[in-house]
Amino acid sequence: MKSESNLEKVLEAGKFAVTSEIGPPKSADGNVVRKKTGILKNFVDAANITDNQTAIVRLSSIAAASILLQEGIEPVAQMTVRDRNRIAIQSDILGAAALGVKNVLCLSGDHQKFGNHPSSKNVFDIDSMQLIRMLKDMRDAKKFQCGDEMDVEPRLFIGAAANPFADPFEFRVHRLAKKIDAGVDFIQTQGIYDINRFEKWLEEARSEGLTEKVYILGGVIPLKSAGAAKYIKNKVAGMIVPDSLIDRMKNAADPKQEGIKIAIETIEQLKDMKGVHGVHIMAIEWEEKVPEIVKESGLLPRPSV
Amino acid sequence: MDEILEMLARYERILLLGCGTCVTVCLAGGEREVGILAGQLRIHARQEGKSAQVDEHTIERQCEKEWVEEIKDRVEGVDVVMSMACGVGVQLVAEMYPEKPVFPALNTTFMGYPAQHGIWFENCRGCGNCVLHLSGGVCPITRCAKSLLNGPCGGSQNGECEIDKEIECAWQVIYDRLKKTGRLEWMNNYQPPRDWSTAGSGGPRRSVKIEEVLD
Repeated sequence: MKSESNLEKVLEAGKFAVTSEIGPPKSADGNVVRKKTGILKNFVDAANITDNQTAIVRLSSIAAASILLQEGIEPVAQMTVRDRNRIAIQSDILGAAALGVKNVLCLSGDHQKFGNHPSSKNVFDIDSMQLIRMLKDMRDAKKFQCGDEMDVEPRLFIGAAANPFADPFEFRVHRLAKKIDAGVDFIQTQGIYDINRFEKWLEEARSEGLTEKVYILGGVIPLKSAGAAKYIKNKVAGMIVPDSLIDRMKNAADPKQEGIKIAIETIEQLKDMKGVHGVHIMAIEWEEKVPEIVKESGLLPRPSV
Repeated sequence: MDEILEMLARYERILLLGCGTCVTVCLAGGEREVGILAGQLRIHARQEGKSAQVDEHTIERQCEKEWVEEIKDRVEGVDVVMSMACGVGVQLVAEMYPEKPVFPALNTTFMGYPAQHGIWFENCRGCGNCVLHLSGGVCPITRCAKSLLNGPCGGSQNGECEIDKEIECAWQVIYDRLKKTGRLEWMNNYQPPRDWSTAGSGGPRRSVKIEEVLD
């Protein structure tokens, strides 16, 4: 075992894993995190804590992860390279590990242009690929990026993102292979709406033997309305929403319930795909729907391993 | 223009100093622009009921001492020098005439070439560690919004950068070029963290060509 994290144990045991996501508040109110934790408890194997997503300042991901630990859900602390250089990242990783965080998700981070501080200076000292390698070297070689050694290493289960819907499509599987070579243990994908394109990507990954080398959790983002679906299609770079799905949302009597239904159908499909090891449900500011989605997808009870 | 007027508010005799090299080609600070700005300053002074003496002059290069030395008499005859060179020129003029206020007329933005007449794109950040021979002649440090070294982020779509549809995804261009020339290997291999000390993170940079140094 690399980290002894619950998520790692569930995946090692060959169970179909369930993770979800908690967005910390835009304030110092830790109770928001506690409340969201209460909703997800016993319905997921671990919950991601976003790291200032869309470059909007929020309660820190590691601090929120620490609250999750107190509340009894295993956190996956997201870590972007947008706001920290290699010194700050390694320091934060040591701190997170000391607090008991065992899963970290390595990300580039949304550009600050999208956030509430567009005039800020970004960092990008290293990229997400190099972050993966850095954490692996810290864990396995007990070495900092500079080569210095440490006594007690952070025992981490290292995650990263993959986006089968971004371009150039032909490079996306190579990029996955690069992340595996860099040392990633698990992947959470971008939200899947175009299931055909996802399958094409997965098939390529399978034929390269990559699905044997890394755990892949398919991303699912429940839609709230046809408007939201259109927004994602047109405004969120690197996402694909087929028109048929937008029409389905448009014609639904209860669009919110339809969105949940689509999410459940997607999970059912993912469960049957060889090379998919779990699901990552991102119900953005809609965490209260996660228990229903997990239950209706037949993923309860969560295994205790 | 307001910034310039604010800088010059206290001064009457102004030397408006153009530069005949890069900023001339970029239509930002050559003889023509010196003439335009001088006219604007005179009109403004008249509107305010003030007198302004604007001396217009453009030298070949403000980044070389030999050229800057030649304007000694002109500089002595004014209260302030408003340099229309890039930040390098402004600094050299200020260094050579320390008793005189020297102000920048331009906000120096970047190194780039004109994509078409009147539109410039940034191409080089002078990072001191060039990868253009590997990256298909496209600089990922400058032209990727996140300066990534291991391929495109998840926001690359239809060849566009996630931050602006008007900006090409540098990594899409790199991918296409390397593919065309059979050199995709570089992109498929892991690229380690960079040494940014050559890019300005190591403090102000200096460059020495020893054989050219005279004593």
